[in-house]
Amino acid sequence: MQLWQNIPFLLILLPLYSASLFMVLRGRSARAAAVCVLGASCALSAVFLGCMTAFSGSFTYMMGHFPSPWGNEIRAGGLEAALAFVFSAVMLCAVGGGWRAFRRDIRQDLQNLYLVMCLLAQSALMAEIFTNDVFTGYVFLEILTVSACALISAKNNGRALTAATRYMVLNLIGSGLFLLSLSLLYGLTGHLLMPPIREAVEALDRSGAYHQPLTVVIALVTISLGIKSAMFPFHTWVPDAYSFSTPASGAILSSLISKGYILLLLKFYFRVFSLDVLLKTGIADVLFVFGAAGAVIGSAVAIRQLEISRMIAWSSVAQIGYIYMAMGLGTREGMLAAVFQMIAHTVAKALLFVSSGALCDASEGHHSFPGLRGAFYRCPAGGIGFTVGALSLLGVPLTGGMIVKIAYAGAAVNRGGMRMLILLAVLVISTAFSSVYLGRTLITLYRRSEEASPAAAAPGACRPGAALTAACLALSVLTLALGMASRPVLELLREGLSAFG
Amino acid sequence: MGNLLANYEEAAAIILFGIGFTTLLLHRNLIKKVIGFSMMDSAIYLFLAAKGYIAGRRAPIAAAGALSAADYINPIPAGLVLTGIVVSVSVTALMLALTVRLYRRYHTLDIDEITRQARREED
Repeated sequence: MQLWQNIPFLLILLPLYSASLFMVLRGRSARAAAVCVLGASCALSAVFLGCMTAFSGSFTYMMGHFPSPWGNEIRAGGLEAALAFVFSAVMLCAVGGGWRAFRRDIRQDLQNLYLVMCLLAQSALMAEIFTNDVFTGYVFLEILTVSACALISAKNNGRALTAATRYMVLNLIGSGLFLLSLSLLYGLTGHLLMPPIREAVEALDRSGAYHQPLTVVIALVTISLGIKSAMFPFHTWVPDAYSFSTPASGAILSSLISKGYILLLLKFYFRVFSLDVLLKTGIADVLFVFGAAGAVIGSAVAIRQLEISRMIAWSSVAQIGYIYMAMGLGTREGMLAAVFQMIAHTVAKALLFVSSGALCDASEGHHSFPGLRGAFYRCPAGGIGFTVGALSLLGVPLTGGMIVKIAYAGAAVNRGGMRMLILLAVLVISTAFSSVYLGRTLITLYRRSEEASPAAAAPGACRPGAALTAACLALSVLTLALGMASRPVLELLREGLSAFG
Repeated sequence: MGNLLANYEEAAAIILFGIGFTTLLLHRNLIKKVIGFSMMDSAIYLFLAAKGYIAGRRAPIAAAGALSAADYINPIPAGLVLTGIVVSVSVTALMLALTVRLYRRYHTLDIDEITRQARREED
């Protein structure tokens, strides 16, 4: 075993252990330390991605040298390496870019605890990416839920607290159903590591025994992770949770934490149940319908929103609908498109949340569209970031969103039949709706305000700060890189998915 | 019916799970929601413990006279239950902390009433 194969383990433990340091750090030193830890995670994951592309394959890492089927394992391949890098980079940008806003939103003596929650979320995300054990998946899923709740309620006003309570109630139901499904799965197969479960599931499928319990398990896993990741009919907690929290929380929740749950679901489909078994149960059809409905309805409701943060929250519902729709195709190509959409949305949505937070700051804290008029000229870095993110959601060439749309169309055409027609129609309708709400926002941002408000009279009165500019720039570059260098990324993801199972 | 009687622990666990689930989802009182959550999780622990029990065997503690694996029940579900209890204790603490903060602010435990007041506060 080479030295670099320890990196996944370090990526989980580094934020987890350093989180405890933040109990004693305060203010600026806490922020500097957090940026150091997240920057180190980001650098480590970049090194790991480089080693993994050179290695091209996958490996498992035994924890404590207890061999399968008893021990706990970490597994890494190209897909995991790519996701770990994107998640670490986006987490770093969200914390760095959202700092100014949360210094205002959160009480001085609690800011270091907010950073603890960010690091716990980072550690849990890395664990979800790399774990090969379903129960470890459950434990870190709960850590993710707890840190998400703390991130929402950090703003300590009435709306944020009620949003956090509603978030918790639905997510606890999700956790309960997930734990129940794991208990049933353990009862059916007698294993907790993914590869032996898969062997047992395939044996059950061949013999035809326990067909109904297996279907129930797959349905429960899908619904529980669907609730947690804001799949369409279970999305009711989304708008409040994303829009009443501080922008950094919104970015972390919508672009990272929900993706952690979707990734776990993908792992279950590929590595635990296998695609054939999934297709036989018909649950992929349900996913497809929910995803398509979410993509259309999320975009339609986003048009009606009067505040920029709520609009972005509803657009998340639509984008997550896209992911589930592609997964519902049930083909490998559909799954590949879903993974690429996951990555493109992670980057674009973080960019939108961070830059819209900056734009609102530059407009005296206004969240409504009239207050944001001409905000581009007050905060050009945020304006450019918002423009790039919005163009990526729309699927304009040179951005990651464009490649998503191409991958979706390709997967749909190869699937053929009724599903192809529905998917293409949903793609067209949802993109049309998004161009309405994003176009309107962009026009508002670029239109100079006629009556000279005090903020407009003194451009640069609220300087965006170097960290925010750097975060917007880094996320914009990442979005454009996904669009322009899509071929190696897609190749890496395809290899990673085929090594997945 | 025979299956239900033979697996009465599992059946009871699922009924309890349903009660906890509906309480957590539908009750407006925050404390009762927390109670519902605790019931739901305990029901799963009962389910797991029932799965791990093998009639006629003893607890997996090495003692004189019983040293082969065939003497013991399956210890893994017990380990899972322990981990699950740790998780649900911390989540319960978090939910109760949120409830305390909401109660101090709004002097009620009714989630709908709290939402109404929070909305009014903002306007």
